[in-house]
Formats: sequence, structure tokens, C-alpha cells
Amino acid sequence: MVTLDHLSDIRRKVSEAEEQRNHRIHVCVAAGCIAAGSRKLLRAFQEEITSRGLNDSCLVKGVGCIGPCAGSPAVAIEPEGIVYCSVKPEDVPEIMDSLAKQPVARLQMSRDLPFFTRQKKIVLENSGRIDPEQIDDYIAAKGYHALYKVISTMSPAEVISEVIKSGLRGRGGAGYPTGLKWTTVAKTGQQQKYVVCNADEGDPGAFMDRSVLESDPHRVLEGMAIAGYAVGANKGYIYIRAEYPLAYERLRKAIKQAEEYTFLGQSIMGTTYGFHVELRLGAGAYVCGEETALIASIEGGRGTPRPRPPYPAERGLFGKSTLINNVETYANISSIIRNGGDWFASIGTQNSKGTKVFALAGNVKNVGLIEVPMGETLREIIYEIGGGMEGQNKLKAVQTGGPTGGCIPESELDTPVDYESLASLGSIMGSGGMVVIDDSVSIVDIARYFMEFSVSESCGKCVPCRVGTTQMHELHAKINRGEGTKRDLELLEELCEVVKHTSLCGLGQSAPNPVLSTLRFFRSEYEAQLTDHEVLAAEGVAK
Amino acid sequence: MTEIQSVQIITLTIDGKPVGASGGETILDVAKQNQVFIPTLCHLEGLIPYGACRLCLVEIKGNNKLVPACITKVAEGMEVITNNERLQRFRRWILELLFTERNHVCSVCVANGFCELQSLAEVLGMDHVRLPYLHPKFVVDATHDRFVSDNNRCILCGRCVRVCSDIEGAHTLDIMGRGIKARIVSDLDDDWGNSPTCTRCSKCVQVCPTGAIKEKGRRSVGEKFKHRDVIAHLAEMREAAREED
Amino acid sequence: MQRLSNLPDPPNSDEKWKGVQLVMRKHGQSPHALIETLHAVQHAFGYLDRDSLTYVSDALGVPLSKVYGVATFYQYFTLKKPGTHNCVVCTGTACYIKGVPKLVEALKERYGMALDEVSADGSLTLQSACCIGTCGLAPIASVDGEELGRLSAEELLDKLEEVIHGDA
Repeated sequence: MVTLDHLSDIRRKVSEAEEQRNHRIHVCVAAGCIAAGSRKLLRAFQEEITSRGLNDSCLVKGVGCIGPCAGSPAVAIEPEGIVYCSVKPEDVPEIMDSLAKQPVARLQMSRDLPFFTRQKKIVLENSGRIDPEQIDDYIAAKGYHALYKVISTMSPAEVISEVIKSGLRGRGGAGYPTGLKWTTVAKTGQQQKYVVCNADEGDPGAFMDRSVLESDPHRVLEGMAIAGYAVGANKGYIYIRAEYPLAYERLRKAIKQAEEYTFLGQSIMGTTYGFHVELRLGAGAYVCGEETALIASIEGGRGTPRPRPPYPAERGLFGKSTLINNVETYANISSIIRNGGDWFASIGTQNSKGTKVFALAGNVKNVGLIEVPMGETLREIIYEIGGGMEGQNKLKAVQTGGPTGGCIPESELDTPVDYESLASLGSIMGSGGMVVIDDSVSIVDIARYFMEFSVSESCGKCVPCRVGTTQMHELHAKINRGEGTKRDLELLEELCEVVKHTSLCGLGQSAPNPVLSTLRFFRSEYEAQLTDHEVLAAEGVAK
Repeated sequence: MTEIQSVQIITLTIDGKPVGASGGETILDVAKQNQVFIPTLCHLEGLIPYGACRLCLVEIKGNNKLVPACITKVAEGMEVITNNERLQRFRRWILELLFTERNHVCSVCVANGFCELQSLAEVLGMDHVRLPYLHPKFVVDATHDRFVSDNNRCILCGRCVRVCSDIEGAHTLDIMGRGIKARIVSDLDDDWGNSPTCTRCSKCVQVCPTGAIKEKGRRSVGEKFKHRDVIAHLAEMREAAREED
Repeated sequence: MQRLSNLPDPPNSDEKWKGVQLVMRKHGQSPHALIETLHAVQHAFGYLDRDSLTYVSDALGVPLSKVYGVATFYQYFTLKKPGTHNCVVCTGTACYIKGVPKLVEALKERYGMALDEVSADGSLTLQSACCIGTCGLAPIASVDGEELGRLSAEELLDKLEEVIHGDA
């Protein structure tokens, strides 16, 4: 039987080990920094510390995402809280010399920058602080305390009521109230139920979920185990993209460790509650982010969606009642349980509670992973946290919601980031990708790029998405070549409406968003590319 | 295993007209019983509903999304609109998209006069195509001694796949690839004529709404008469046999 | 769901089939294990050939056409023998606006092939990946598994020449 004392012991041990050391060097070992050489860097630090005989006073460890991905690889020195960017192995001696003295100015990124001070971290509270491959590190950061609290003191109904109180909405994009989803699954009288975590982060330019899974995998497992307890499920699946091998590997290790500690398995913490988690690897299909397609894929089939209802809550995986949430949604759960739903509801706006993690990318200075309270404006995010534009060019648009989201112009940057405000601009919150586009980019070409994406990712099941997106792409290409006419533009607009309203799943229904939003805000760019010369080709006739 | 349930009686309106239905029936079922025409292509009596062609989309009062009549179950008090200017326009667009997708040249097709795509275009008034034809070039598989598969005339309604796997149990046919490149294959995209799984039952020929799967030995165009109702009959007989077990 | 029959013999005596069989057994040889099994086969042999697809179909009791439908639905699976070297170009949004089209063009000019093709001499596979989630390093490509960020066309071509001619 695991008790609170047990968890406290582990916390004490970890913090004692840390306090013994005067300096703790955190090297980011999330995928971006690894690609920029952080593993070599980690080794260089280890070797330097050993050769200087400092093993007793210096601790070096690999941690999850520190945040400033534009400065990969990133290093943090604790407890001083110094952040270094773009560190090379040859910089290691200099950094070691500087410990307890003046920081190395040429590598330092000030912690006083809005990039750090303006963020509010819930989901990312442990990112860049704990070693994602050590369960003890997570426990020391109050990990699995929420699960303990839930199964030792709360009824499933109380857990759900806390989630309802928090006002948490699905972080995968659509923003469906999480508590309501949990209630529906809890209420179905079925014996066998499943909990599924959607880690098929397919939006290009989005790397929030990857980062959470690589930096703090136990957090997601804990959220799922709590969800399983609340809705009455004993088995969970994490459906993760094949493009994220590191996240897969860390999850695999985390599951194994959690099983050893009885935080997952037949009898969790010695109670009668059992919950198992298995991993399922995606194979490269954006549409599998749609929940019915995701289910079809876990079942080993083609990832084609089916019409809803019945919703997965009623008929999901293997025909059973299934709860599906995305990575970030589950990652919020342990904090909500530990601090209470009211605490969470006090953050954010009226209808969008809590924080949101964004992957800031494109032509912005501070490309990176950030977490802000809902309701911050796009301008604050891009110009304060993001540090403004990279290079001399002006901002033309910011693209939110991935390839089926929208392009928002400079004039609308004071819009607060919440589900409803973004929708009113013809975009969506989406999973949290935010790509800043400067004025060297042709907006018609960007819209064409997104249509190309939709064409190649359409599953091909329903007619409007399969053929409609292809024809929309053709029309864009034609306009881009300077051969488009006014009539083509009209056809394009009408086609957008058809695809939006008649497609089977969310992918098709939102595929026209980039076109509709660029037509709404950048129509003159389209018109400037039209030709006056109406091509009088004979119209095709149904034969 | 069947459960005996008391049949629930539901009242709803279709295009403003009050109608009665039993619980569990789809909007399409009830519309048919009341002589209300809703166009369909991927739907076929006896096959598991698929919801892919989107022609049967209807409006439901209070629901801002269109729903497929072939799958959506009726509910008490539901107000269904099956036909208005907007739905007609959407349906014509969907047909137009289908006509541009592959090579639907009716005048040289065996299904001319018996083609569901062609007749829907007539009924719904889809009389010209504004978008460019995509003209794919698929290889015609004529290796089977009885049948021919021509993906150039396929609309990917999935009827042949469903009948082959769910009714015949052979599962020789399936869809490969995705999106605009998807097409029907037999086994591992092999010659149909050498298929170790095909039972030569010809059900796929009967259910194909166009001339994509046809029987050999027809001498001229426009001779492809089909027995589509046979599948509903087979499904019913199978269900009856199961109940007897 | 569990099939208790023994697994059929693999198409050849390659030891790597043992790993594939292990994956199938772990999932109780259920038809639901199709994608996991295809991953195992591709991991072991680099691609999915006809013999493997037929074997998987037989061992899991999944119809041939369904195996084929699944194997061709997902971008990650490849039915063609890959080149000796491999180059994955990220085509995500951030990479696109930061110059990936230039990389693709340069590759096309040098090797005469588009993404997702294998060169005629079998020395190189070009692949596209739809965002590998390291947008801070855009534009990004990987050569034989080594990720190269903030890449110019010249750097990429030099790197490819280096690995291809390193074999000679």
C-alpha cells in the first residue's frame, strides 16, 4: 500500500540530493535541442565536472524543454536561474569557470525578458526542471500526489465535479467542455470502457504535445489514470505519432516506472482500482487526429472517420464507451485536482479557463514553447513574449489552428486568444500552433500550401473533401500562375462553402478555413493576381 | 441473439408533413416510406451505411450541421427538411465534383442508361461542369474471365468493398491509398483474374452504381442492367438464418 | 479475439522475423495488431514487400486487400525498397515559410527526383515529413537520421554528397 509518507520520502530524498550540490546544470534534452547537439553538450558537462573533481558539488542532468527553442541547445543553471542559449561543447569550460561568479554574458538570455516573466506555467510547470526519465523527479515535483488524493479520498463523481468546476475545455482544438465529456462516459452503463489519449499532433508548426510528452511524460499518465478512475475505465491507450520517436521512448519508460511504483497496473497504490496504459504508434495520417479515425487506426484499420453520432462516449474503441482527450487536456488534470477547480477557473477568461500552451514558430524572434493565460492578445504573445519579428520584414499574418485554421492580419492582433474570439475571426484555437508570417510571403501561396496539405491528408472517404480540396488547390495554383479570373474566385468561394458544410469530418469541414480567412483579410492580394482576360474555353458538359 | 423489444413509436415532420416512424429507423427509411425522395449514391439497402457520398444530407431544425439521412436515426419531434434551394445546390456541387474527378463519359459507357450517377445528374439538374476535369489515367483490369474493373469510372462509394467483405465474406476488394489517389484494388493490387480469394459471386457487379465494375461479354454500351435489390434480399435471408440458429 | 493457433512459418529464415512474431504474439495475434505488426516488419526490413504483406495477412487473419489498404493509407509505410541513404525533408508550415521549397528545388535539380521517391541507382531515398516538431530549427532535414537545422540548399547537398560518396 502506497501512502503519502511514501511519496514524501521520495520527495525528501530528491531534494536532499539536489541541495547537497551548489550548482545544478540543466541541459535540455527535448527533440529540438537534441537535434542541435544537446546530447554531446550533456556529455561535455559531465566530463568537465568529473575532470575538475566537482561531482560532489555539481549536478548535471538532462531536462525537458526549457522553452527558447530558437536558441537550441538551451542550458539552465540552478538555483541561480540563468538561461544560456545556443551553447556549444567548447563553451562548457567557460560556463564552469563562471559558476558562482558572473554569468557568461554572450550566451545568456535574461530571465527578466517577457519571454519568461509573462508566461504562466501549469502544463509546463515541470518542463525544463525535472529529468523526464526519472519518476522520482516527477514525484518530487508533487507528481502522482493528485492520483493518490483521488483514489484515497475522492469518489469518481467528486473528481468529475472538480473538473467541471475548473471549466477546462478540450485542448485538442474544438474546445468541448472536458467535464461534460467525462460525465457522458461515466454515465454510460457499459462494463468495459476505455480512456484514449490523442497524441497524434499533426498540425505542422505545432509541437506542444511533443514537448509535454518529452519533458513530463508522467504528467500525462497521471491525468489518464485519474480520468480512468472518474469514468470507470480500466484501460488506456496513447495514440502517438511515429514522427515522435523520443516521446514514444520516454512514454514507454515512464509507463514501466509507473508500473513498478504501482501507479499504473492491476492494483494502483494497493487499492482495488486498476488501470493499464498501452502505446499505439500512428503511421503518418493527419486525419487520425479526428477521434473516430483515431479509433479506426488503433483497431488496426485505415484511419477513415465515420459519421457521429454515435459518439465515442457511446460507441468508441472496439465498440465500447471511450473517453478521448488530447495530451494537454490530460496534462492539466493533476494540477486541477491538487489545487482545486476554483483555482483553475480563476485563471483565463469568462468562457476559456486556464492557460494554453502555444508553439510559437515562423518569422518571430523567440521561436519556442510558451504557456500563457487564456485571454492574452495575439500582439502581446508575438511582440512581448515572442520578442517581435525576426529580421527586417513586417508582420503580415499570424496563422493559428494549424493547416485548417486561419490567417489573422496585423489589424486584428489585439484579439484576445480564446476559443470564441479566434472563431469569430474565421480561425480556430486548434491545438496551439502559432506561425508568424512576414510580408515577404505571398498570402495566396500560403493558402495554396495549406490546400496542398489538405489534399494530401484527405482520407478520400467523402466526396466534398476528396475532390473539393483537390479542385480548391487547382484553383489556387491557377490564380498563383496569374491565369485566374474573377469567375474562378467566385467558384473558389462557393466551393469553400460546399466543402465546409457537406464534408464528413472536422478535417474536411475546416479545410476551407485558410482560404476563407485569407479571402476575408487579404482579398486584394488575390484580386491583384487575377487576369482580366476571361479565357473563353468551352465549358465542360455532363456527357 | 435477438431481443424482443416493444417498438417505440415516434412522430416527426418531414418537409413540414407530420409522419410516424418506429424508433431505430433512419431518416432515409422514413422518407422512403412516405414517398419523399432523398438522393443517395453510397447507400444500398442491405449494406452497412457508409455516409460518404454526402448526397443525402438534410437539415434538421435546431441543428446547425447537415446530417446524412442514411445514418441519422429519427427522434421524437424532429423537424427534417430534405429539400430546399441550399440542399439542391450542395447536391449539384457534389455531383459536379464527382463528374470532374474521373472519366465519366456516358456515351461510351456500358452503364449508360443504367447509371445512378448519370440519372441523379438528370434528376437534380446538374447539366454542366464548371471546374476542370482531372482526367486520371488508371489501368483497366480486364484479367478476370468474367468481370472488368475500371477505376476511371469509380466514384469510391465503397459498395463493392462492403458487399465483398460483409455479405460474401471474401474481402477480395478494398480501397488503397488515400485522398484523390484512392482506388479499388483486389488483394495486394494484383490482377483480379489471378485472385486466390475472389469467389466469382458477381455481387460487386450488381451493386456498382456506375460502369466501374462490369460483366464481360456485353456487346455494346448501355447494356448493364443490374439487380441491386438482390443484396437487401441476401442480407435479409442471412439475418433470418442467423435467427434460426 | 485471441487466436490460439500457432503462427505460420515466416516467408524466409531471416532471424528478424522472430521480433515480428513477438509483436504479433504480444497482441494475441489479433487482427487489431495489423498496424503494430506492419511497424515491426518495416522496422526489421526497411520496407513492406509482397511476401511480408502476405505473411502478415495469413498470420493475423486479415484479408490481403485490407492489409494492402492499410499499408498504402499511411504515409509512414513504404512498399518500395528504400535507397541506401535517406533524406527526410520537413515540409511543415514553419519550414515552408523559411525556405524548404528551395531545398526541394535544389534536390530536384541535383538528383532529378521529387520527395517520396527513390533514386534510380538505389543510393538515395527522399522523403517528406509533415512537421517533425522542431520548428525552432526551421528549415530542417535529416540525413541518415542525423537532424540538420537552419539548413541551406548548399549545406544539404554537400552533406548528401558526403554520405553517398563516403560509401565508395
